[in-house]
Amino acid sequence: MSIFRDAGHLFRLAGVYLAGTLLFLVVRAVVVPHSFGQYGHYRGAAIAEIAAKPLHFAGHQTCEACHSDVARTKASGMHAHVNCEACHGPLAKHAADPSIDPGKPDVATLCVRCHAASAARPKDFPQVDADQHADGVPCNTCHQPHSPAIGPASAASGGAK
Amino acid sequence: MPGVEGFMYPNEVSLYWSVLIVLYPYITGLVAGAFILASLVRVFRVEAVGPTYRLALLTALAFLIVAPMPLQLHLGHPERSFEMYLTPHRTSAMAMFGFVYLWYLMAVLTVEIWLDYRGDIVMMSQTTRGWRRLLYRVLTLGSANVSERALHIDERVGWFITLIGVPSAILLHGYVGFIFGSIKANPWWSSPLMPVVFIFSAMVSGIAAVLLLYMAMMRLRREPIDMRCVDTIAQYMLYIFIIDFSLEMLDLIHRIYEADESFRSLDFMVHTKLWSSQVVLQICIGTLVPIVLVGLVQVTRLSSAVRKRIYAISGSLTLIGVLAMRWNVVIGGQLFSKSFLGYTTYKMGLATREGLLVSIALIILPLFILAALVKLLPPWPQKRQEAAAASAPAH
Repeated sequence: MSIFRDAGHLFRLAGVYLAGTLLFLVVRAVVVPHSFGQYGHYRGAAIAEIAAKPLHFAGHQTCEACHSDVARTKASGMHAHVNCEACHGPLAKHAADPSIDPGKPDVATLCVRCHAASAARPKDFPQVDADQHADGVPCNTCHQPHSPAIGPASAASGGAK
Repeated sequence: MPGVEGFMYPNEVSLYWSVLIVLYPYITGLVAGAFILASLVRVFRVEAVGPTYRLALLTALAFLIVAPMPLQLHLGHPERSFEMYLTPHRTSAMAMFGFVYLWYLMAVLTVEIWLDYRGDIVMMSQTTRGWRRLLYRVLTLGSANVSERALHIDERVGWFITLIGVPSAILLHGYVGFIFGSIKANPWWSSPLMPVVFIFSAMVSGIAAVLLLYMAMMRLRREPIDMRCVDTIAQYMLYIFIIDFSLEMLDLIHRIYEADESFRSLDFMVHTKLWSSQVVLQICIGTLVPIVLVGLVQVTRLSSAVRKRIYAISGSLTLIGVLAMRWNVVIGGQLFSKSFLGYTTYKMGLATREGLLVSIALIILPLFILAALVKLLPPWPQKRQEAAAASAPAH
């Protein structure tokens, strides 16, 4: 058949494209993880892998099981809705073994993270220019972090006097 | 905050899409335009532009190779772009562009160039030496059949590929317009006319680019410019430019008459931050001047030397105008706040990954690729005849 002979180069070109497509399919089968698309446009096995990672945060219920006195102070103050580990950092290791000292947060950097004056914060949110407000005196000299308002409740729990 | 006026939401202050995203539709447009010019010869049988047919195809290929680079530089991790093909994300317009690009590169442009050059490739595989011989032999795919019938089959298949290529070129660049036009949150972009305007401006820029390249290459080769060819190309450029400009004005009039909630803000932007790049550069210098100049050629009798100069000036201004149009779309669309009460400023870096120097390099790079392609696959009839004469005794 002369048509096949004279169009032979086209079949060769088609062969190159077919080989390229097959190579792509092989690469795809090897490279794309098997669990891809199991639940959505991501690797399904990633969920189990992430779930298997060690926990770093203990959760405030765990903290409150031992530190019920602090929990009571906190519940009556402005920081009632701030979780323990938001300031103290992840404490799963301390919860598992209380002998591990979690250390105390550095109030010089901690408090200003939320309370430094910024136009982006809501107007009714307590915020100060730390240099003018405290002049280098640590915040917890006057404010008891678990119940920061200065007043009788705060003074009774060891805060500002 | 410096560079910010009025009320901007915090995520609007700095622009996410830089000058590289201006280059992406610009370069893609040059590809589509150059291909449409090539199709004039093959599908629409405009014989006069024949001398630029092969040059237009090679120009399209050179620019198409560079087209994804601005995106890859902008996003970083270019190796990850392959994942777009491995795990295609069907709801992402941007990811689907990868397939439009691949279709155009592999199914249209490469095949058409190969079919058109096959006879030459076979000849050159027999007349050259060293690595070039090896390269041409690989490109022949092991078939040296250049019989009349085989070449006739190539011609027919090539015609069919070009026929598919025209809507593909429109798809390629229409798709780029669609990526912007479909962003409903941005009133500067969100318009169904966007893909259409993009296609027509692409055609204008691609035709202008090939016109300039043809004239420059003829000058470099010290060969006479085929005036019938450049006159016809300039005519097509003028007609398409008029359609393009009319569509852009239609969009503008529509916006002015509709005057929706974004209008005052956008109008202010056009009169201030975009005044020089849109009104002066894009509309006056980049559109009206070339239209008037090429229009003058149509109604007056000018010598070929004057016409050549007019085409060189209009072609260059057209390329600048279309680049300004891409700039105004991409950068302009990010200068105003969604609140319609504030404006920001774009500061282009100089020697950064998304800066001016990289942009210039990306614009120049296709010219080097084109030079290499022209060297490997000469688009000039004379070279082909020489090659044919040299290879004749071998048969």
